[in-house]
Amino acid sequence: MSTPPAWSHYLPRLGLYAGVAAVLLLVNVGLPRLLNAYLLQILVFAACNIILASSLNLVNGVAGQFSIGHAGFMAIGAYMSAWVSVAYGKTWLAPYADQPCGPLVVSAYLMGLMLLGGVAAAVGGLVVGLPSLRLRGDYLAIATLGFGEIIKVVLLNVEAVGGATGLKGVPQYSTLFLVFGAAVVTVAALRNIGNSIHGRALLAIREDETAAEALGIDSAHYKTSAFVIGAFFAGVAGCLYAHYTQFIHPRSFDFMKSIELVLIVVLGGGKLRNVAIAAAAVTFLPEGLRQVKDLLHLQTDPRMVIYAAILIAVMLLRRERVLQAVLPRRKEGASRG
Amino acid sequence: MAESALLELASCTVRFGGLTAVDDLTLDVAPQELVSLIGPNGAGKTTVFNAIMGVYPLASGGIRLAGRDIAGLAPHRVAKLGVGRTFQNIRLFKGITVLDNLRAAMHQDGDYDLLRAAARSRTWAATESRLEARAMELLAVFGLQARAEELAGGLPYGEQRRLEIVRALATGPQLLLLDEPAAGMNPAETQHLMGLIRSLIERYSLTILLIEHDMKLVMGVSDRVVVLNYGREIAAGTPQEIARDPAVIEAYLGEPVH
Repeated sequence: MSTPPAWSHYLPRLGLYAGVAAVLLLVNVGLPRLLNAYLLQILVFAACNIILASSLNLVNGVAGQFSIGHAGFMAIGAYMSAWVSVAYGKTWLAPYADQPCGPLVVSAYLMGLMLLGGVAAAVGGLVVGLPSLRLRGDYLAIATLGFGEIIKVVLLNVEAVGGATGLKGVPQYSTLFLVFGAAVVTVAALRNIGNSIHGRALLAIREDETAAEALGIDSAHYKTSAFVIGAFFAGVAGCLYAHYTQFIHPRSFDFMKSIELVLIVVLGGGKLRNVAIAAAAVTFLPEGLRQVKDLLHLQTDPRMVIYAAILIAVMLLRRERVLQAVLPRRKEGASRG
Repeated sequence: MAESALLELASCTVRFGGLTAVDDLTLDVAPQELVSLIGPNGAGKTTVFNAIMGVYPLASGGIRLAGRDIAGLAPHRVAKLGVGRTFQNIRLFKGITVLDNLRAAMHQDGDYDLLRAAARSRTWAATESRLEARAMELLAVFGLQARAEELAGGLPYGEQRRLEIVRALATGPQLLLLDEPAAGMNPAETQHLMGLIRSLIERYSLTILLIEHDMKLVMGVSDRVVVLNYGREIAAGTPQEIARDPAVIEAYLGEPVH
């Protein structure tokens, strides 16, 4: 990948990369001093949701393959990496705990795990991507839903990863640097893919698969690729999530999580930047609404009602843009001819 | 003739269950020739296109492109070998821009992988600027450059038809299959299209197979005309010969009104 002259192409961007890294380091060091654990956790969840939703956007928004099993891929990445850490990682890394290079070793280790979790999830993506070649629209959605449920049920029954009691004692290796860094890299990579021959091939398939094929686009290859790439990033997010919360349970990755991600993609209207914003908003909003109960001195917590009402309002007010890229396109009648 | 033909259909038959949509059709198209397929609705014209593209399998017979057997290949492979097509009911990518419609069609010209795309590598940058330049050039040739950034679905009907032809050209085909390009066009637009189709052959050394109901257009541009009825060839020849053929008059053209 790096023939000598290829480097020069990246030189003008080194400043940008260094700047982003510096900000991330600052965040890594500074935020834990400013915010309490609760707020930090919400921030981490928001970053994970950004990774998850923007990768789902590649499948649902760009390629137009309606998937509602994305949490299943997250589960694969989370369980795969968490199991490695619980079974081996903690012992491997124990000697480095007190050394000055410790944090670096742990970070390198976690990056390896992110890759591992991502690849494991990508294999799952391949398994789901294959039926997508024969299924469309609602039928594909049901198949992906089934996949997500299968993953959950399998995890509930595998004792090696805790079964129905969940997997405890996952070391907290995720740092803000890695979590936010992964979110930035994911969004940038997916944006760049979108603006390439590959991204346009996916858009073409979403718009009209028959026409795309007639232009030399291998739709089977691309539809499968969309699932594989989307699943990879979901697996990465799963790994980061597991190594932050330190406890994972199959129910953290159930149907409701998948739906939440679809919701974010729909709210973002299939546009990557808006999807990222929506991901953050959907993470913060229910938490922020916890305050309402106290502010209004209510007996019961109205936050889910308000949350739902806000979602409905957003859908009504921005319906066209929201739905533009996401819903399976219905033919607008054969307009003439 | 058979040696030098760009497209050779040899006794092609396409069946849908009990229905024979194309029946034992043999047709050679020479390089840079324009052959029209005409016939009543349901005669199997579009099915011939779909058989060439590999959308429908042949029940029997063979298809060769520049001497190479292409029967049974998937549509995207046939397209990569140099066959471009337009559709009877326009199938543009309506939700993306005109420019992106063309760049999507130039897919096979791209030579970088996903990683290079994600990292915006040098190959990515070079390829993208080349594709954009070529797309803008094509749009300029067809008078659509001002529309580059508009959504394809927002274009007026005539321009959508034209854009679909440009998009097929963007794949760099040797053989272009045009399915009723004049459908829904007014006489002036059709006249303009006629000139455009002839100029394509010169400019891009194209070979064209044309399906069309507008007889003025067919008679004006074709080197040869093949008439289908119930999937069978009932006549073939120059436009003049076809216009006089009694079998064609009975099946399709009808008696001149006196």
